[in-house]
Amino acid sequence: MCGICGCNQTLIAGHAARPSGKAVRFRLHKQAPETADAVRLVRIERDILALNNDHAAANRRALAERGIFALNLVSSPGSGKTTLLVKTITALNGALPLAVIEGDQQTENDAVRIRAAGAPALQINTGRGCHLDAKMVGQALEQMKLQDDSLLLIENVGNLVCPASFDLGEAHKVVILSVTEGEDKPLKYPDMFRAASLMLLNKCDLLPYVEFDADLAISYARRINPALQVMRISATSGAGMQAWLDWIKEGSSQAASA
Amino acid sequence: MHEMSLAEGVLKIMEESASAERFRRVRRVVLEIGKLSAVEPEAMRFCFEAVMQGSIAEGAALDIVETEGQGWCAQCACHVPLAALYDACPHCGNFPLGVTAGDAMRVIELEVE
Repeated sequence: MCGICGCNQTLIAGHAARPSGKAVRFRLHKQAPETADAVRLVRIERDILALNNDHAAANRRALAERGIFALNLVSSPGSGKTTLLVKTITALNGALPLAVIEGDQQTENDAVRIRAAGAPALQINTGRGCHLDAKMVGQALEQMKLQDDSLLLIENVGNLVCPASFDLGEAHKVVILSVTEGEDKPLKYPDMFRAASLMLLNKCDLLPYVEFDADLAISYARRINPALQVMRISATSGAGMQAWLDWIKEGSSQAASA
Repeated sequence: MHEMSLAEGVLKIMEESASAERFRRVRRVVLEIGKLSAVEPEAMRFCFEAVMQGSIAEGAALDIVETEGQGWCAQCACHVPLAALYDACPHCGNFPLGVTAGDAMRVIELEVE
C-alpha cells in the first residue's frame, strides 16, 4: 500500500535518508512523469472581428441571392429612428415588400410600433450588449419569412460608437443625426460617420428653434467621409422624405436585378 | 462597451487555435490595438479578465501593443501621423486623409502550453 495515500496503484519501493542519517524504506505509488507541456508561442495574426465578419459575409451572400436590399440604421438614442421607420413604411404604402429587425437592449416597444405601421418586425433584445452583431442578424434572418427582392430595415441599438465596428451584412449603414443634437457629433463619433454611406439629417422642421448649424454639421461629417451622401429630412413633417424613399427604391431595384 | 464582444471574439479565436494547434492553456495574449480602432485599451483589459474566467485563458496575461494612426494626404502625396479621424494634414491643412495604419485590432500571438 502506498505510504502517502494508501492506494494500491503500481508501487515503487526505495530507501530515503532521514536527517539522522538512518535510511528508511518506503513504498509509494508511481508518480506520473511531469506532464506540463513546453511553453511555446503561436502566431495568430487574426482580426478580432474576423468571426463577426464571417457571419456578416454569410448574411450578405444570403441577402444577395434573394435580391434583398438591407439597410443598417444607426444613430444616438432619440434621433428619431423608429419614427423615421414608421413614416417610411407608411409612405411606401406597400410599394415594396419590407420587414424590420429592431435592436434594443430591452423591451419589445419598437417592434410593436413597427407592426402597428403594417410591417412584420422581429425584436432582438441585446441585454447588456450595446449593438447588434452579424450572428444575431443571421439567426433573425432564419426566423423571418422574408420575401425575395424585398427591403430589410435593421434598426440598430441607439449608440453612435459600437455599431460602427460590427458589419451585419447590410448593403449600407445609414446614420441618422437630428438637429436637436450637437452639430459636432460627426467629430466626436467619427467612426460611425466614416462607416456610413448616407446621413439623414432629421428633425429639420425644428431648425428655426434650435441653435444647430446644419452646413457645419455636414462639413464635419464630410471631413471624415467625403463620399457621404446627405439628405435633410423631417420624418414628422415629411419634408425631404421623398429623396429618401427614392434612394431606397433605387437601391432596392438594383439589389433585385443584381 | 463593445470591448466585451471583442473580448469574446478574442476567446473564440483562441479556442479555434487551441484545437488546430493542440494546446490546453493560454498563458499570455498579445493584441494589436490601433489608436484609430475605436477600442479603449483599459476597457479591453477589464473585459478580457471578465470574459476569460473559466476558459482556456483564465488568468492569462494580456499585452496590448498600441499602433499609431497614419494617414495619406493626397495633396502632399505623403504619409502623415493621424491622431484622430478628423485631423487635417499637418503640412497643407487638407482633409480628409485616408487612413493607412492604426485602425486594426488583431490577435497577434499567444503563449501557450
